Amino acid sequence: MVITLIVVSVCVFVAFSLIPGDPATRKLGTEATAEQVAALRAQMGLDAPLHVRYLTWITSFVKGDFGISYQTGDAVRSLLAKRIPVTFFLALIAFCMTVVIAIPVGILTAKYENSWPDRIVTVLNQIIMSVPPFFSGILLSTLFGLILRWFTPGAYVSYDTSFRAFLGYMLLPAFCVALPKAAMTIKLLRSSMIEEAGRDYTRTAYSRGNTIDGVMYGHILKNAMIPVVTFLGMALADLLAGSIVIEQLFSIPGISRTLITSISNRDYPVVMAVIMGIAATIVTVNLIVDLVYRAIDPRVSL
Amino acid sequence: MLRILDYIKKNQSPFFRIGLLLTLVITCAVLISLFYMPYSPTAMDRASRSLGISLRHPMGTDNFGRDIFCRVLYGTRVTLLIALGTVAIGTTAGILIGALCGYFGGLLDEIVMRINDALFAFPSILLALVFVSLMGTGNLQLVLSLGIAFIPSFSRIVRGEFLRARSMDYVLNARLQGASHLRIMFVHILPNIRGVLLSSVMIGFNNAVLAEAGLSFLGIGTQPPFDSLGQMLSDARINIMSEPRYMLGPGIVLILLVLGFSLLGEGLRTKT
Amino acid sequence: MTHQEKKPLLQVTDLHIEFHDHGQPETAVEDFDLTLYEGEIVGIVGESGSGKSMSALAIAGLLSRRAMMTRRGEILFDGHNLLTCDRKTLRSYQGDEIAMIFQEPMTSLNPLLRIGPQVEECLKIHHPEIGKEERRKRALTIMEQVGLRDTETLYRMYPHELSGGMRQRIMIAAAMIAEPRILIADEPTTALDVTIQAKIVRLLRKINEVAHTSILFISHDLSLVAQLCHRVIVMKQGRIVEEGRIEEIFEHPKDVYTKELIDAIPKVAL
Repeated sequence: MVITLIVVSVCVFVAFSLIPGDPATRKLGTEATAEQVAALRAQMGLDAPLHVRYLTWITSFVKGDFGISYQTGDAVRSLLAKRIPVTFFLALIAFCMTVVIAIPVGILTAKYENSWPDRIVTVLNQIIMSVPPFFSGILLSTLFGLILRWFTPGAYVSYDTSFRAFLGYMLLPAFCVALPKAAMTIKLLRSSMIEEAGRDYTRTAYSRGNTIDGVMYGHILKNAMIPVVTFLGMALADLLAGSIVIEQLFSIPGISRTLITSISNRDYPVVMAVIMGIAATIVTVNLIVDLVYRAIDPRVSL
Repeated sequence: MLRILDYIKKNQSPFFRIGLLLTLVITCAVLISLFYMPYSPTAMDRASRSLGISLRHPMGTDNFGRDIFCRVLYGTRVTLLIALGTVAIGTTAGILIGALCGYFGGLLDEIVMRINDALFAFPSILLALVFVSLMGTGNLQLVLSLGIAFIPSFSRIVRGEFLRARSMDYVLNARLQGASHLRIMFVHILPNIRGVLLSSVMIGFNNAVLAEAGLSFLGIGTQPPFDSLGQMLSDARINIMSEPRYMLGPGIVLILLVLGFSLLGEGLRTKT
Repeated sequence: MTHQEKKPLLQVTDLHIEFHDHGQPETAVEDFDLTLYEGEIVGIVGESGSGKSMSALAIAGLLSRRAMMTRRGEILFDGHNLLTCDRKTLRSYQGDEIAMIFQEPMTSLNPLLRIGPQVEECLKIHHPEIGKEERRKRALTIMEQVGLRDTETLYRMYPHELSGGMRQRIMIAAAMIAEPRILIADEPTTALDVTIQAKIVRLLRKINEVAHTSILFISHDLSLVAQLCHRVIVMKQGRIVEEGRIEEIFEHPKDVYTKELIDAIPKVAL
């Protein structure tokens, strides 16, 4: 786990050190003299060898000092501190929506396998998974925003101004993010339940006089959830990493938008901090998934 | 060739059939458009700006007087080319890495898979974004970025299959007969896992098209004059209320394209 | 023992099972008749695919009603035809009056549930009036009766922590907890070591003697059937080829196939 983070940090650092384009030159503009550039390079610590710079970077990083933005001159840490809650809530709402939609629908489609509602859901699922997220975002925001007028595109309210208005604005973007994830979860849960329904222990459960619901909820569901938990974990990591397209589309000032602006501004300290943050989030979520795993599956031990 | 036809006949899955039909129709349309295109996708015609749907212009024209149908055909071509390049890079590198790691295991496997897992954890569109930021924008860079972003997921699948195949009887048998490692890997194992490979190639196509569309929307997609479907879609966003038509054509074709690939992948997986 | 004087507990007449899932109908079982008396152990022998397991599943009411198959005939238990009665009636017998154990003790237990709740399940379903503590007590008792030791610990363990023989004992305990009148054992020893096989067979005989449970013992192993059963039915390709008391069958086998089966038993085992 820690190893993964170290691998990522080395990759990130080396990659961003090798990019052509010297930040000092950029900052000073093309008219700067060679001495000025050299002075600034020394000041920014850019003249030290690579591994020394990596060690300085990573130690201050671990201490919570993520460096200074090339663009604004602010500390990266305070810059990100404002953005993280935004993405976090977007991810949280989207994740809850995914679970709330997908689990019941998945169970019902498995229970009524091959019925008409099941077929319709299966077809809908395939279509939803084929729509690029920004396209469905555009369609939904047009539908709700410009035709039904339930939603005002672009009228983002910051969470520290009014938390309720913030949540209200987040609902639609979160739904756009949740939709494809829910479709995949439904599909996975359905096939997983159908697979478990063919297992020997299911037959045992029926032989004891269980009702169909008794077998479904008492025996199959828990077993069928094992692959779904893995998938939901990946989905959560994915959501927390930022829904790049959706944040851009709905002008939500979250992590991903910061990432994109910093990339186009070549503001590498910010980019590196965001990537490391995402990596850390993913690693943490994976750890949580492992814990959940151990809670539901006694065969897993670590 | 006959065997492929035979396989198609035998695969009864409706997913597979619809997927095959969709991909075939779209591919054929694109192939025909290579030789015959009623209007140039870039020719602007002031006289026929923003025309509705008609026989002459099956999807109408845009506000520059370009025929949308022809633009969609052209965009599909670009999208397919990018997806092809992406999958080609992802598959080739993925098979090599996955095969070596899965077959030999050991320290090499340990190290490579660590890096792989770290990369795999990132959403592929984010990876592509980072690579684009490292390499700069441009069509070649786009394909490269997407391709590299798809290597981890591919090598994971291939590695898993090789790992499983390694201890199978037919591999042990080949080894007893003195086949070299390379021969076992590529003559014995590779053909045996082609079902899984083919299915993941299809899923890869599907993801590549989606990722490219996402990047286009973010403004780091294809560069003009090579407008992909995703590019067209994000361009049409400005006019969504006045001219929703601009979006419908490329949108539907893009969805059908992705649907076709995903259904094909699905059908191949359930049947093999 | 003269079982013929007692009244029949279960009467199967003219059972037919056909599958339709590959276009052409395939007959799995035809003209199957069986009478099971109280306290009797009947064996069904035959090679794999002879329809013996299929008949057992039909009697236990475990052939999915949705599956592509037709079933004709009558399985009469307690005045109800189990083939045609409504699901609720069938369920009220399953586990309570007719219990079943299976071939694969490894996979027949739910891997995610502790042993205790699985043993108790029949009681919980059919006798909700019995309290939690009482249920637990009965579960521990029945576990001891099937020869398990340290039942308190076992109660809290998970299936994967037990050996195959122990799991089969758990399966038997779970089947016997509601004191059913019929126990259907579908190749219960096939997946086990030979030494454990003998122990399980002895356990089944003990259950029959102590609780007077009728047992339908399905096996491909005629020597096992001979050790345990009073009567035997020999099946081949979906049909009954011979039926009778164990001694009769061994002394005067009428059918060629039965002779082959008897000859196939290693002489040491007899």
